[in-house]
Amino acid sequence: MPKPSVWLFALAAWLSLPGIALAADNVTTFQLDNGMNVVMIEDTRAPVVTHMVWYRVGAADEPPGQSGIAHFLEHLMFKGTEKLEPGEFSSVVARNGGSDNAFTSQDYTAYFQRIAADRLGLVMGMEADRMANLRLTDDEVLPERDVILEERNQRVENSPSALLREQHSAAQYLNHPYGDPIIGWRQEMEELDRAAALDFYETHYAPNNAVLVVAGDASPDEVRKLAEKHYGGIEPNPDLLPRTRPQEPPQLAERRLTLRDARVSQPYLSRSYLAPERDSGAQEEAAALYLLAQVLGSGQTSVLNQRLQIEDNIAVQVGAWYSGTSLDDTTFNLAVVPAAGVTLQQAEEALDDVLTEFVETGPDAEHLNRIKMQLRAEEIYDRDDASALARRYGQALTSGLTVEDVQAWPDILQDVTAEQIVAAAERVLDPQKSVTGQLLAPEVTQ
Amino acid sequence: MKHLVLSLVLMLAAAPLHAEIEEVTSPGGFDAWLVEDHSIPFVALEIRFRGGASLDAPDAQGATNLMVGLLEEGAGELGAQEFARARDSLAAKFSYNVSDDAVSVSAQMLTENRDEAAALLRSSLVAPRFDEDAIERVRGQVLSGLRSAQTDPRSMASRAFDSLVFGDHPYSGPIEGTTDSVEALSREYIVAAHETALTRERVYISAVGDITAEKLGPLLDKVLGDLPQEGAPLPAEADLNLPGGVQVEEFETPQSVAVFAQTGIKRDDPDFFATYVLNHILGGGGFESRLQTEVREKRGLTYGVYSYLSDKDAAQLWAGSVSSANDSIAEAIRVIRDEWARIGDEGVTEEELRDAKTYLTGAYPLRFDGNSQIANIAVGMQMDGLSPDYIANRNDMVEAVTLEQINRVARERVDPEKLTFVVVGQPEGLDGSIN
Repeated sequence: MPKPSVWLFALAAWLSLPGIALAADNVTTFQLDNGMNVVMIEDTRAPVVTHMVWYRVGAADEPPGQSGIAHFLEHLMFKGTEKLEPGEFSSVVARNGGSDNAFTSQDYTAYFQRIAADRLGLVMGMEADRMANLRLTDDEVLPERDVILEERNQRVENSPSALLREQHSAAQYLNHPYGDPIIGWRQEMEELDRAAALDFYETHYAPNNAVLVVAGDASPDEVRKLAEKHYGGIEPNPDLLPRTRPQEPPQLAERRLTLRDARVSQPYLSRSYLAPERDSGAQEEAAALYLLAQVLGSGQTSVLNQRLQIEDNIAVQVGAWYSGTSLDDTTFNLAVVPAAGVTLQQAEEALDDVLTEFVETGPDAEHLNRIKMQLRAEEIYDRDDASALARRYGQALTSGLTVEDVQAWPDILQDVTAEQIVAAAERVLDPQKSVTGQLLAPEVTQ
Repeated sequence: MKHLVLSLVLMLAAAPLHAEIEEVTSPGGFDAWLVEDHSIPFVALEIRFRGGASLDAPDAQGATNLMVGLLEEGAGELGAQEFARARDSLAAKFSYNVSDDAVSVSAQMLTENRDEAAALLRSSLVAPRFDEDAIERVRGQVLSGLRSAQTDPRSMASRAFDSLVFGDHPYSGPIEGTTDSVEALSREYIVAAHETALTRERVYISAVGDITAEKLGPLLDKVLGDLPQEGAPLPAEADLNLPGGVQVEEFETPQSVAVFAQTGIKRDDPDFFATYVLNHILGGGGFESRLQTEVREKRGLTYGVYSYLSDKDAAQLWAGSVSSANDSIAEAIRVIRDEWARIGDEGVTEEELRDAKTYLTGAYPLRFDGNSQIANIAVGMQMDGLSPDYIANRNDMVEAVTLEQINRVARERVDPEKLTFVVVGQPEGLDGSIN
């Protein structure tokens, strides 16, 4: 039988020396004169680069009544410029052996290519071109609107659990636009058009609202030269607006919702609480919430797994997660899939009992040590995946955080105490400030 | 921009891998492929056993899947929770998966505590406990997944498709089994599945990262040496039922999901690469294929349409999928059939062939971008009967495909009459008759 405690000590001592420092050492950051941020993550193990441009704009920055326009514009960014025909961007990437895609969240929109390292300049040139010179005609815009409606069908309308998630978020946020789905409400998507897309583009797409992240086999000097050449000449937008969204009022009443759908064969319970996000220079509360989610719901030895699955046979699946990288207030989420014969009400009562008890007892010290050990090891495993590091920096830098915040985060996590975790649980897991969703099959009528 | 592109159409000079694959034989006789890379202090170990869910006896469907789900639920001296605690204390990562043709074990272990992690991995493979409480817990999870799949259009479509195409072959049923079969699985079946699915004669191994050949050999002997030698017989080749036409399974949901296939090709067929490139042009890859262009880009009928060559050990399919609103799925299927027929009749152009080759040869090295990815590729190559020099030669084989060959293959192999669709949803305007 292994002796975990001995190894824990040895590894902790070793990890605190070179590992973490190395992880940060291969990251270089600078800013172009026009305000564009650049992050370079060097990894020379394979002759490949990931090139990403992240815009500090997402679905939560959309004008009222135009939900889905940020994501629609993301699709339309592949439809050509003064120099590129519709679809040519992707076909040039493909003809050079690369792949490309894009994604949209509430807080950011990102475009990326993975390609042989010697083609970095090529993709930079094209990405810079579409930052400033997008051309759209209805011949491209209208069929693409049908595509995003089919995307909504595929991701949301065909899945009752996705419909519940959408309704749940809408119930969580009374006032903040995080309550609107990224893909958009169907009736608003149907009205999106070329003018709305171009308006959004001109308002938000500019070098001073963008972060360039390059990860892979390139030197910082080379990236700087290429970035200055391709992006340096693009004029900044002097009229960028501050990213202020309507904020949530205090939640005074618990909210409950039930979705009944004939397509449900496995009911489940979802629960969320409004929670603070990671703030630049002040990530301690978020770190405590991150560890709270790990302690409660991550892995086989988590508190919820232990109690609801192993001891009481209440659940077949449990989860807890906290998405701290967010511009505004985020959520702390829990979910329980009940075991056969257990009602959602029973599952909910059991969940609440465990939460109440946890606030009284706090985390098990050895469990917390194991989680911290795993987080330290992640710093090693993460170095195997430069693209994931690129995403981490891009996401942080478009969500109000800095490079320093990203690099401080692992140490802040290590410093979280059991008391801070309990305090965070007490503040956030307040029943009066909860939203509880139920996914169920229709009631059988005789 | 177009002239710039033409000047860049050239082969990638860089070899896919900086490091070389080393063939290692352990003192105990296990063959493994090793890529040493000491830049990050961990190793990715990929272990695969040929057989997988297709080894399930007809009266024990889902036994292999349930068995694999239990490997990390207690082993040797350790109960489920103790095992998890020991693994987490070492920050080792183990994952156990099953497909029709294989049981896959992926491990990532820190250099600092590799021996302890390997000992734990060994116990999960060689001495799983299959405690009754763990069996009931994992059985409950599997049944929950099966319940969800019963009303998920995508799962329903692939299940209906497998059942139609594979008849009474083991591929016909879901890997997880059925609600009835899983409820009936006793511990004896799970123990039997373990004895027949994880065996020395069926194992393929690769290791990538911070380990030397001298260390790897004894580690493999320790992890795998106590497994039984021989496994259950592998299934016979499947008789494919691909009659052509459309089978509709009515289900109330706004978007219909379709899966489709015709006969595929074996990997060792002399026409494999020509067919592979042909499929890339037809429906592979990202935004560039004919199917994506016609169904998505021009007509807005779908978010995505794809085709791919599926080469299972006992069946080869040329398959694909599409989903579209109930009132447009018929048109999507019509366009797919038209494109299927057109590529058979007309073949491809010189330009399409050139672009496909440039993409496929350029994209190949991009796959080798992490220890775990490389370990995965290396073990997959072994299962396909390839040698390490395949990595260096593979792009030459793509380049060797000629226009004449690919268009002959298109004429001979593309078979729109037998292209068989299964649709789940409430499709409008589909007659729903299997040929």
